[in-house]
Amino acid sequence: MIVIAVLLVLLVLVVFNLAGMYNSLIRLRNQVKNAWSQIDVQLKRRYDLIPNLIETAKGYMQHERETLENITKARSQAMGAQGIGEKSKAEGALGETLSKFFLVVENYPDLKANQNFLVLQEELTSTENKIAFARQAYNDQTLFFNNKIQMFPSNIVAQMFNFKEEEFFVIEEKKEREAPKVNFS
Amino acid sequence: MWELIRENKRKSWIIFIGMGICLISLGYLIGAVWFSPDGGIGGIFFALCVWVVLSLVSYCSGDSILLFSSKAKEVSRDVCPQLFNVVEEMKIAASLEAMPKIYIIDEPALNAFATGRSPQKSAIAVTAGLLSRLNRDELQGVVAHEMSHIINRDVLYVTFAGIMLGSIVLLSEVFLRSMWYSSGRSSRRYRSSSQGGGQAQVIMMLAAIVLAVLAPILARLFYFSLSRRREYLADASAVRLDRYPQGLASALEKISNANFDLTSANKITAPMYIANPLKKRGLEKLNLFSTHPPIKERIKILRSMAQGVNYINYLEAFSRVKGKTSDIMPPSALEDSKDVPIRKPFVEQDKKQSIKEKTREIGDLMRAVNNYAFLICLCGLRIKVPPDFKKQAISCPRCARKLEIPLAKVETVTAASGAAIIQKSDKEKRFAQGAESGVYVRKGKGWESFSCSCGKVLQISPIFAARYTTCDRCGRKTEIKTD
Repeated sequence: MIVIAVLLVLLVLVVFNLAGMYNSLIRLRNQVKNAWSQIDVQLKRRYDLIPNLIETAKGYMQHERETLENITKARSQAMGAQGIGEKSKAEGALGETLSKFFLVVENYPDLKANQNFLVLQEELTSTENKIAFARQAYNDQTLFFNNKIQMFPSNIVAQMFNFKEEEFFVIEEKKEREAPKVNFS
Repeated sequence: MWELIRENKRKSWIIFIGMGICLISLGYLIGAVWFSPDGGIGGIFFALCVWVVLSLVSYCSGDSILLFSSKAKEVSRDVCPQLFNVVEEMKIAASLEAMPKIYIIDEPALNAFATGRSPQKSAIAVTAGLLSRLNRDELQGVVAHEMSHIINRDVLYVTFAGIMLGSIVLLSEVFLRSMWYSSGRSSRRYRSSSQGGGQAQVIMMLAAIVLAVLAPILARLFYFSLSRRREYLADASAVRLDRYPQGLASALEKISNANFDLTSANKITAPMYIANPLKKRGLEKLNLFSTHPPIKERIKILRSMAQGVNYINYLEAFSRVKGKTSDIMPPSALEDSKDVPIRKPFVEQDKKQSIKEKTREIGDLMRAVNNYAFLICLCGLRIKVPPDFKKQAISCPRCARKLEIPLAKVETVTAASGAAIIQKSDKEKRFAQGAESGVYVRKGKGWESFSCSCGKVLQISPIFAARYTTCDRCGRKTEIKTD
């Protein structure tokens, strides 16, 4: 009788423990998703800012049509990219064309004096920074979540309910790796 | 990071309980001395009442009291876009749910603080001096430090410990003063009681006096030592968020070199600031009563972080500089840290503004926040008119032209289009109720003012880019045109 009671209590404890692990896994997965949506918001913001930027720059930069077209092309590629892996590659390319563009801007003092352009510049710098910081936060969350999935005992629960590891958001280019900075000024 | 927050909460509770015991025993002894030997319960009750009232007040409106007493003014994105962006970047890095409110303190001192009882309801305040002297990277470091105070729940801890300390000081002060003034009367009372009771009373009284003298000192030591540890911790988390230790280090350098005291700070609110706002020049040595660790050491630690920016790197740098291992964070917090590289600075190389120019820019910003009107005279002089200036016109001090605050030209919307608008959404309906909108043509690129047709003076910031501005008194829209 006592043995049965002890076993029952043990069983209840185990079930509660498993439920707790399951809940914490769900919470972590939601945090990862939330972190990703933060990146997504900023990427969208960048897509929105770029047409304005090109519109403002067009009047001043008659001889740089190629640079401007490259940005537009990279933007539409990045917008069309699916999945985290492809997306990080396309975003890296877009970031590179943008930093090239801001290098070229150095030769156009009139453009640099334009109030509208300055506002866009601050917005775009900040968006670039936000993407970088959001990426860091996303990768932190993902590491934490992946660790939980791989480590005992939560890996049992993870396997039972088919939790999958999340992909890191890494930017390929060497330049981009340290800090996706846009060199404005 | 989450481990760290949990540990922090646990420590806050320990402090909380420790100081609570201190408070209760003080209350008991004072009660026992004041009203017969068994008045101790009443004393405890009294002490708890003082404490509960103070904590309720501080919990419900502590942040607004602090912001009000430091004369901080809330600013919107339009007024100071860079500060706003920097805070938003750190908010994202810290994965905070809600955007903190942003305040500017109109003082030349270089300092900043964070407040708010929870991460959902927080605020960051920086001084105007800080804005005018720091570049973007340094500002980011300071904001990251304040953001760490918010996510580590330091704000609540500092507020509560401060209140606890405040009530202990208050009680012992009241007690000691009353002993001083009424010693004659109370001694007569003891004589009338029985011999044994009188002796117990005297012992009680001695204990109460000793405790009343010691408790505030002990509580202060407790409070300040924890506040120092939290500063190191906030530096470590700031670097982790910002990934650029040099930014915070050079910001701290500038802060320590500036010799303005913050007039609106006091000893209890001092731990909330990034650097001690009350330092006396030359008195930089660490002692038991300092609220902040020596700023030179903080800078040295940050400067010697070359490998990476996670907590382990900070602790290594800490023990290199201090020559001892630190206990500022628990080992469990370090378990899941991975290498995080230092990012590159994003200083605007070309934007070499002189300090004078930048100070002037921030000065204009503060005047705009304080509702000054900006007028541009035809001779090119920009005149700043304080909000309590009552006359209709002002004469230019350089060319003596008479100037009035320009009135937005009113264009009445024709009846037909007005009726059409009313059919639309609520927002536009409100616009249509005004039934007219003004037009203002910008004269220059800086701050400018004009008055809405209701008489309210509106400012336009240099970066104003939208087509309309809305009056916050009457809700009327005014179109802004540039030549």
